Formats: sequence, C-alpha cells, structure tokens
Amino acid sequence: MQLPPDDAPAHHGIAPHRCGECCTTLRDVGVRYRGVPVLEHIDLHLHCGELTAVIGENGAGKTTLVRCLLGEIPHAGEVHFMDAAHRRADSPVIGYVPQHTSFDREAPITVLDLFAASLAGRPACLGVSGPVEQQAREGLARTGAEHLLRRRLGTLSGGELQRVLLGLALTPVPNILVLDEPMSGVDHSGREKFYELLSKLRRDYDLAVLLVSHDLATLARFADRLVFLDRRIVCDGTPAEVLRDPRVREAFSLELPT
Amino acid sequence: MNGGWLEPWHRAVSLLPFEWADYAFMRLALLAVLFIAPLLGALGTVVVANRMAFFSEAIGHAAFTGIALGVILGLGNPLWSMVGFALLLTLAITWVRRRGGLSSDTAIGLVMAFTVSLGIVILSKGGDFARYTNFLIGDMLGVTAADVAALGLLAVVVLTLFFFFFNRLLLASVSPALARSRARHPGAAELVFASMLAVVVTFSLPWIGILVINALLILPAAAARNLSRSTGEFFGWSVAIAIVSGIAGLVVSFYASTATGATIVLVAMAVYLFTLAFRGRTAS
Repeated sequence: MQLPPDDAPAHHGIAPHRCGECCTTLRDVGVRYRGVPVLEHIDLHLHCGELTAVIGENGAGKTTLVRCLLGEIPHAGEVHFMDAAHRRADSPVIGYVPQHTSFDREAPITVLDLFAASLAGRPACLGVSGPVEQQAREGLARTGAEHLLRRRLGTLSGGELQRVLLGLALTPVPNILVLDEPMSGVDHSGREKFYELLSKLRRDYDLAVLLVSHDLATLARFADRLVFLDRRIVCDGTPAEVLRDPRVREAFSLELPT
Repeated sequence: MNGGWLEPWHRAVSLLPFEWADYAFMRLALLAVLFIAPLLGALGTVVVANRMAFFSEAIGHAAFTGIALGVILGLGNPLWSMVGFALLLTLAITWVRRRGGLSSDTAIGLVMAFTVSLGIVILSKGGDFARYTNFLIGDMLGVTAADVAALGLLAVVVLTLFFFFFNRLLLASVSPALARSRARHPGAAELVFASMLAVVVTFSLPWIGILVINALLILPAAAARNLSRSTGEFFGWSVAIAIVSGIAGLVVSFYASTATGATIVLVAMAVYLFTLAFRGRTAS
C-alpha cells in the first residue's frame, strides 16, 4: 500500500482523512486510437478520502483516462476496485460529473426530471414517485442545492448546474467520484466554493476523488495529489512537488507560486 | 382480420350527432388517428429533444426506395419492403454517425438524396409514377379494419418500448457522457429508438403521406415545448396536441374535401402558432 508522504501540505488546517483501505488500482493501462497510442503505461492508485487531480495539456489523454475508469472504452492493462474489506469489487459505484454540458437551454427538463431519469425505473415523462423525489432531495442536500429541485436545467447558473450534477453523482453515494473539467463556465468565486465543497464531501463520505482540471492555482490548495499526464504519467506527487517540476512549469507556461 | 371486433366502436361513434360519424370509413379513420397521433406525439418529444428531426425526415423520404424494392421483388403490399429498407437505412445512418466520419447533417442529406432519387428512378420507369402519388399525400380515408388493428398493435408495442428506454434517452439529451455513466447501453437505447421511429414513420406513411409525416412528428412536440417546464408536462401536452390536431384535422378534411394528412398538419401548425404566445412564461 502506498502511503502519502509525510510532508503533504496541510489543507486548510485539516489533515485529510485517509483510510487507505479501499482503493482503485490502474496497472499498466494503455489505450490506442486507430493504432496511435493515446495513453501508455498508466500506473495509478486512487485511495479513498484522497482528492487526486489530473492535469495535462489538451490531447494529453485526460478524458481518455476518465473513460477507462468508467469502463467505457477498451484498454490494455487492468483496472481493479477494492472495497474496504479488501474484496475485489467488479462493479463499483462510480459517481461522474461530466465535462461542460452543451444541452439545449430551452429544454423542458427540471432538476427533478434529471434525477428521476437517473434513478427511477418509471419513465420520467409519466411523473416522479415520492421515494425518488425524496432521494433527489437528499442528493441535492449533500451539495446545498435542495432549493433547485423544481428549477428548469436551462435556468441554472454554471455554479448551480455543477452543484446539481455533483449531487446527482453522489446519489447513490459512490465508491469513486470522477469529475471531468467540472469548472469550465464557472466564475472564480464559484470555483473556490465548489472545491471547498468537494474537499468536505471527500472527507465526509471518505470518497476517492479523481478530478481532471486546468485550474492549477486552486488545485494546489485543494488537491492531495497531482498527476501530470502527457500520454503517460510524467510526474505524480503532492501539489508542491508537481508544481515545482520544470516539465509542468513549462507545459503550463505559468509563473506559479511555489 | 374481419371488422367484427370493431362493431362496438362503430356503434358508439355513430351516436355522435355529426354527419361525418354516419360514415364507416370516417369511424375507421378516427380510430386510426387515435392510434397514430399519440404515437407520433410521444416519439416527437424525443425527436425534438435529441435533435433527430432531419433523421426522421430522411426515413420518411426513403420510403420511395422501399416502395420501389417492393415492386421489384413483386410484393403485393410494399409496406414490408418499406419497413425493411427503413430499418436498414437506420442502421446505416447510425453506423456513419458513430464512426464520426461525416457530420450527421451531411451524412443524412446524402443518404436522403440518394434514396429519393433511386426510388423515383425505379418507380418512374415506363412513366408509371402516378400510381404511387397516394403515398405522397396519404389516404387516411382508405384505411381498413385490418390496417387499424395493425396500427393498434404497433401503438402498444412501440409505446411499451418507448417508456422502457425513455429515461436513458432523456439523459442522453442532456449529456451523452452522463448517460453513459448512469445507464447500461445508452447507445442501444438510441438505436432502438431510431428503429422504432423508422417503423412508426413507415407504418403511418400510407395514411398521412410522405410529404407531411415529419411535420406531424415535430409540430406537437414543438408546440408542447412552448407550454412546458418539466418532462411530464412536455410529454402530456405533446400527446394531447397530437390527438386534438389529429381529430380536428380529420373532421375538417371531411367537410373541406381535402387530404387528411396535410389538413392535420395545418391544424397542428395553427396550434403551434397559438402556443408561441405562451413562450417565455415557462422561463423560470
């Protein structure tokens, strides 16, 4: 088992809780698209209670990595999920918050409809049952978005929509939470709030979180671990370590505070 | 199938105090409308939400080639060759879209031009095309008891499948990535829906007409969108508008001696224009 380094930076004064009991292991994962390697030799452990952020340039394979985790695309190598009792779980519950959603803003779909379509057996067009509505309320309450239950999706702000999608990803509470650039289209203060929320949820539910993002400055404060991806893992460590790495600094051409 | 099972229907409708209700062909046509309209209204919500209007248009137009194949194969009723060809085309278009080689618009546009031309060329050989104009404008009043039974069966089967796959289709309309993560085989749901759509459009064509079938699929849903905030309202309004337009169009076409399919479309269009006044009320 891989333990986090002792000198991991403090996160707002709260040491992240890490049980380390359950984990997701990617071993030598690779993906080829029309013969061209998109991902190669990915070895990665995701521990629960830990927020791992994947950074990298466009085309570095970040979304492909997410799709491997979700089991959407064929890949070489192995992906294993282990629960707290060290049993291999073949189908873990994965909560997923998608990249920017380009849905039709005029569409007559409420937040409740979205939950019903995800959770219920009954078609959402024939109404939503009491228990499903209750589940939706609970899911939204986890992200402080309960008041949005009856709102139409198209009327939500970027930040509100992300809260709704995060609440949906947490219903039912997953083993792993995967977020693919969840913050595009959200302003700065919205991002801060969202990451704070994510940080809290990770502790409260002891979630393994994998986050794909460009938001380096904010990630440095909230992530437990950064993984710099460029078709393979170039660099993997605490935010402080990774952001000191010359290859990372060059790739993002940023003068970052270290 | 003889029409014995329809006796109660005929007796009940005859009680209506209208001249059109005295005619057996109108009573049959009314029942056919009551089967077709809710189907088109229901499927239309997904067609509009998942941006498949051009696809359904192409399927309707492909019927030209479907009919031509029936003629070549010597089938008495071209319906089966039409359905078979529509399904084949659905698979082809889905395959091209998945491969992502062509934009969906371009792919469908090319396929539509090809199938329409091929059908017309075959059917017009020897100057016989006029025999097939019925398919262009539809002949609702020519519907038989057996046709109505087939449409009823179709409605039951398709609506059952539609409800079964509805949630996956709704999620896919918001975010395909989200749908993939939440549901098993969302791709299969889309293929099943596209196939159902092809079958329903093709079965409805002889009565509604190739030229206007797509409008009947899209107008009720487009009108319903103007009135709805939620998925439930959207579905309910679309089905209701389809049924009301269908019945009103049928009756108007009887008194005005016009083609029924096109008349229904004009009524649905009027409803759509009326609902525009309510747009924006559903903004919150």
